[in-house]
Amino acid sequence: MGFLDALLGRTKPVPPNLDALFALPTAAITLQAATDFNPTGTGSVCFRAAEGKAFSDIENDVRELLSMGENKTPIEVSADSYGFTWLVCHHSADDIEGLVTDLHAVNSSLENGGFGPQLLCTILGFREGSGQPLGLVYLYKRGTFYPFAPQPGERRDNATELRVRGALGDDLKIESDLGRWFPVWGAPGL
Amino acid sequence: MARTRYASDPGLIARMGLTMFLLGAVLVGFVIALYFVLFAYANRHGGASGSSDGLVVISVLIGLAIAIGGFWWSDKIALRTARAQLVTPQQAPELHGIIDRICALANMPKPRVAISPMNVPNAFATGRSSKVAVICVTQGLLQRLDAKELEGVLAHEMSHVAHKDVAVMTIASFLGIMAALLVRMGFYAELFGGGRGRGGRGGNNGGGYTALIMLAVMLIGIVTYAVSFLLIRMLSRYRELSADRSGALLTGQPSALASALVKVTGDMARIPTRDLRQAEPLNAFYFTPALSGKGSVHNLFSTHPSLEKRLAQLDKISKQLSR
Repeated sequence: MGFLDALLGRTKPVPPNLDALFALPTAAITLQAATDFNPTGTGSVCFRAAEGKAFSDIENDVRELLSMGENKTPIEVSADSYGFTWLVCHHSADDIEGLVTDLHAVNSSLENGGFGPQLLCTILGFREGSGQPLGLVYLYKRGTFYPFAPQPGERRDNATELRVRGALGDDLKIESDLGRWFPVWGAPGL
Repeated sequence: MARTRYASDPGLIARMGLTMFLLGAVLVGFVIALYFVLFAYANRHGGASGSSDGLVVISVLIGLAIAIGGFWWSDKIALRTARAQLVTPQQAPELHGIIDRICALANMPKPRVAISPMNVPNAFATGRSSKVAVICVTQGLLQRLDAKELEGVLAHEMSHVAHKDVAVMTIASFLGIMAALLVRMGFYAELFGGGRGRGGRGGNNGGGYTALIMLAVMLIGIVTYAVSFLLIRMLSRYRELSADRSGALLTGQPSALASALVKVTGDMARIPTRDLRQAEPLNAFYFTPALSGKGSVHNLFSTHPSLEKRLAQLDKISKQLSR
């Protein structure tokens, strides 16, 4: 954001960075090789629904697009307590590429409709042999990823998260500011 | 390139730019007027620097110290005034969650979060930069607003942080502080130093002339203060409108912010009149707290735009979003 924008008070909504998402399939393989985490085949997109008909039209289109598509992805839509909408897509655990393609379809529909700035994050679900869930969270506005390992009682397993960061450092652009690894408690699909 | 629904408001930006320009012009006028007065004074006394010369230097220095101090410790001062406490994510998970998401949406570093025990529904953002910013909400606000409305208010406050409003308003109000100090110091110098100056200089004409110069300096100070006061208030109102606008576009929910504004303004307006209404029940019939008819004079002096104006702008954004 420029100096003049701040001076005149006209900060613009930040456009999302969509392409980095396609690094996820490779990263999933790396993670499987380096740790005990396996993909669950579930991924979700989280966005802040804007009010008005324009947005709900696009939202409906996206739902139809995904569920009517050739692979008939089962999707669930849910709203969390913060008022954000989650689109959860289920694929088989070995079809991460198909899953990422679906997630990208959601992103580009929203972006083409002019609602790119409404995208918050995308999460790809993993699970360890012991049952510990892990989400690889993609921050659209920063174009970076970070791991999120929730534990019961709104605690997170920082050791696991840092271990995953170490394993994925070469494949993904990991968010370097730990202050931005914000928790997504109760994210659907984790 | 994907299409964007962001539309800036050129009218608002032009008005804000003009206000800033006028503030700058007042500053220049202030300096020039002072220079001429002091120049005339110095000429008369053969270049000897008089007491009003020192006065100007001292008030500029004190004005700078106040402005910089207020700027540097703005977060501590504001938190102390509101008796607010910083809270951790464990203490206020809901509030932190909302702010986390706004930060991720807007790609901003996360500010510190504080809660003030006051019952008046209000929120403020302060801190000299976005790295040390603090967002503070009162207990009253948390009790009255639901999650969506709270998000709207917090997005408005985050926009203040993004627009660096603490810095902008500090620089803008520096002029006012300086002018006010000059008036006050001129006044005291007149009171205590006037008699001595007259005796020391020896000439009976010179003493009267010094008093005249003092009077001129004070007059310049008063006029500058009055004009800059109005301009600063005007600038503040434009900054509020900008923050409303950016906040509403950020969350995509202008009507949630509008409903929060109505709730908060209604509550704030109701509080001081509660006793009156109990004494005079009929008053309640024509009392519309949210839209109480305030004259244009009141609007001229207030730091915030009128509720009607803010709601009208949010309405417009809402229409833009649904197109």
